[in-house]
Amino acid sequence: MSVRAGRLTDTIAAARDRFRGLGDSLVLVGLWLLFLVFGAWAILTRTDAFAVGVVTGSVLALGAIGLTLIYGILKFAHFAHGDSMMLAAYIAFFALTGTVVGERTDTQPLPWSLSDLPGATDRIPWPDQLGGGDFSFGYGLLLAALAAALVMALIFIGLDRLVYRPLRRRGSGIVIFAIASLGIAIAMRSLILIFWGPQPRFYAPGIRPTTDLPFDVRIVTDQIFIFFAAILLAGLVYVLLFRTKLGKAMRAMADNPALAEVSGINTEQVIRWTWLIGGALVAVAGVMLALQAQLKPELGFILLLPLFAATILGGIGSPQGAFVGAMIVGITQEVFAVVGPDIGISSGYKFSVAFVILTLILLLRPRGLFGAKT
Amino acid sequence: MRLPAVLSADRLRAGMKGGRLLTPLAFLAITAAIVLMPAERSGWNLDSTVNFLTFFATFVAIFAVFSLGLNVQWGYTGIFNFGVMAFFLVGANVAAIITKDPAETEYVQYVGGFGDKLDFIPFLDSGQWLPFVFGVAGAALFSGVLAFLLSIPALRLREDYLAIVTIGIAELLRRVTIEERSLVNGTRGLTGIPRPLGGWVDADEYKFVIFAIAAAVLILTYIAVERGIRSPWGRVLRALREDELTTAASGKNVFAFKSQGFVMGAMIMGVGGAIYAYANAAISPTTFTHFFGTFIFWAMLMVGGSGNNRGAILGAYVIWGLWVITLQLQGYDLPAAVSGRIFFIRDFVLGALIVVVLLLRPQGLVPEERRVSIWVERHTKRLRHTAQLPAKRPAFPSE
Repeated sequence: MSVRAGRLTDTIAAARDRFRGLGDSLVLVGLWLLFLVFGAWAILTRTDAFAVGVVTGSVLALGAIGLTLIYGILKFAHFAHGDSMMLAAYIAFFALTGTVVGERTDTQPLPWSLSDLPGATDRIPWPDQLGGGDFSFGYGLLLAALAAALVMALIFIGLDRLVYRPLRRRGSGIVIFAIASLGIAIAMRSLILIFWGPQPRFYAPGIRPTTDLPFDVRIVTDQIFIFFAAILLAGLVYVLLFRTKLGKAMRAMADNPALAEVSGINTEQVIRWTWLIGGALVAVAGVMLALQAQLKPELGFILLLPLFAATILGGIGSPQGAFVGAMIVGITQEVFAVVGPDIGISSGYKFSVAFVILTLILLLRPRGLFGAKT
Repeated sequence: MRLPAVLSADRLRAGMKGGRLLTPLAFLAITAAIVLMPAERSGWNLDSTVNFLTFFATFVAIFAVFSLGLNVQWGYTGIFNFGVMAFFLVGANVAAIITKDPAETEYVQYVGGFGDKLDFIPFLDSGQWLPFVFGVAGAALFSGVLAFLLSIPALRLREDYLAIVTIGIAELLRRVTIEERSLVNGTRGLTGIPRPLGGWVDADEYKFVIFAIAAAVLILTYIAVERGIRSPWGRVLRALREDELTTAASGKNVFAFKSQGFVMGAMIMGVGGAIYAYANAAISPTTFTHFFGTFIFWAMLMVGGSGNNRGAILGAYVIWGLWVITLQLQGYDLPAAVSGRIFFIRDFVLGALIVVVLLLRPQGLVPEERRVSIWVERHTKRLRHTAQLPAKRPAFPSE
């Protein structure tokens, strides 16, 4: 009798395990179906909003890839990510125009800035045969973005040396890192306000030309640039992670830091590289964000939630997941801003969409679409 | 994984480094500035100085309530709430709409407005206090329910997910108060919130009444939290903070205890929000920012010393002192480059301060005390009396 009972409980346990696995994959399939159907519907009925969503998604993707690398390898939620993006955007602004807030009005403390290069602010032309307006910026902005990427990577490595590494040595919990990063986020935003003031700023004055795409989509020409820059950088990160030795070390560390260390991987060096790559990505993402919207000190914090939603949706530590997650968040957000008012929800809730997605994914599948089983 | 033994030794070393003088020095410096600056600026006028100090003390008491609530969540239970603002907002708004009279004009719209109906005891002048009791209770109730609902998706997961979710809910609730204009009057906010016991004293003297109320609430909260933390229940919370697995292995329901700690902290924050609404008499969405509504309380707790209720109160005093000092500094003749940016500089200092505290003095100004239960404490006190134990045991500040 007891033997049979034992067998029965075993059977039940096995069935439950199998059922749980089945439920898990069903949730995954369901989520993918949901997103794909929504995407298809958006493409067909709200093509404009979908296109803008892809651009927003591109900006988010650049931020989220950096965030997911830091989250995956250093294991803590980097709350300064959004504000770092904005700080980097302002550093690029400074490199381009040399402008800071003076006693009363803006001043240029440096004798020289990138916009003094010959033709640096002339608008880059969009090929005539494709039809449409030029880009709103010149090659000076590209150089400024490069400078910002360098500076931001140095800032991140410096912050790691000054703040995160001592905490790591002390064996602090992940939460302590997160609190420290929140303090850094506040400090970064205040620095922006100290140097550049609260008023919104733009890289280039004047209207932004648009271009007509197929299927009656009209889009700001800069946004096409943003999209391709994001694709290019995401591709570079992919190559780096999956085709180089450093990438292998980074993935090993994300998987199991202790095992990575005993396998002879210099973990401190991998961490430095992570900050360097994260900083460069943050800078480009920030410049793209400012190009897409504007330079505004509080924009960084507003973006934090969409960034985390994209990261967790994709699965922490997975850059391709972050890319897909960012696209989903970006598209949902923009399509909602158009559809929402029709169903009686104000478009002011645009940024709350990310929160809804985040809650949904935490309830249904906390490890995300691409996340590994933990 | 955590290595408690290594950690403790390291914490102790870090504790030795800061020196014991820092806490009294910080307290004295803030106090001197807080007393001398307004006195000097008002031309050594006693009345206006007392006025200023009462006002200051009232808000220190209110913010200390928040700091205590956060201490229950973070300092004792180890729950990572980055959305204090959500509970602040809910507490303040619920308390305001319960006690206000019904909305009348079309420019002022809000739900609730039970102030006149709650005056139902025909004696004891109940209109002066009964609605406020309901207001505070409602604030605590709504904050608690919100916390419980939030704990369902987030508390079972990794600890940092809750931080992200709480940031999200805080932002969402702020949006809701702005977008749904008929809820709490949109961006215009609520003004003319009734004042508890306001009809009993002159408007001039009212500052002392509201200070007494805030101080009483703070003292009650302090006693309640201290009692709770020394009880078996509080011991489970602190065990959870140190090691969830071990606590689960001892047969404790991890999720239930965590969610109780979270809800209790949130209710305390809701009460703090209610008192804030009554003391300020006006609230609007501009009050509830992530900086003012969340970060400042974290700064108070981390600077004061998480895991120690007296530290939490001292932290509120120090941080709000710094805040008020920068306001006072505006009245002095500063270089234009500084005076125009003084608030941004203050924010930078607060942001940097929290990082510096984490690095150099992770235990805060008043470190956590080793504490088991009131029974053990009484026993050791008795033993110490008969000189069988050394005077004090080393503190084990938590991170």
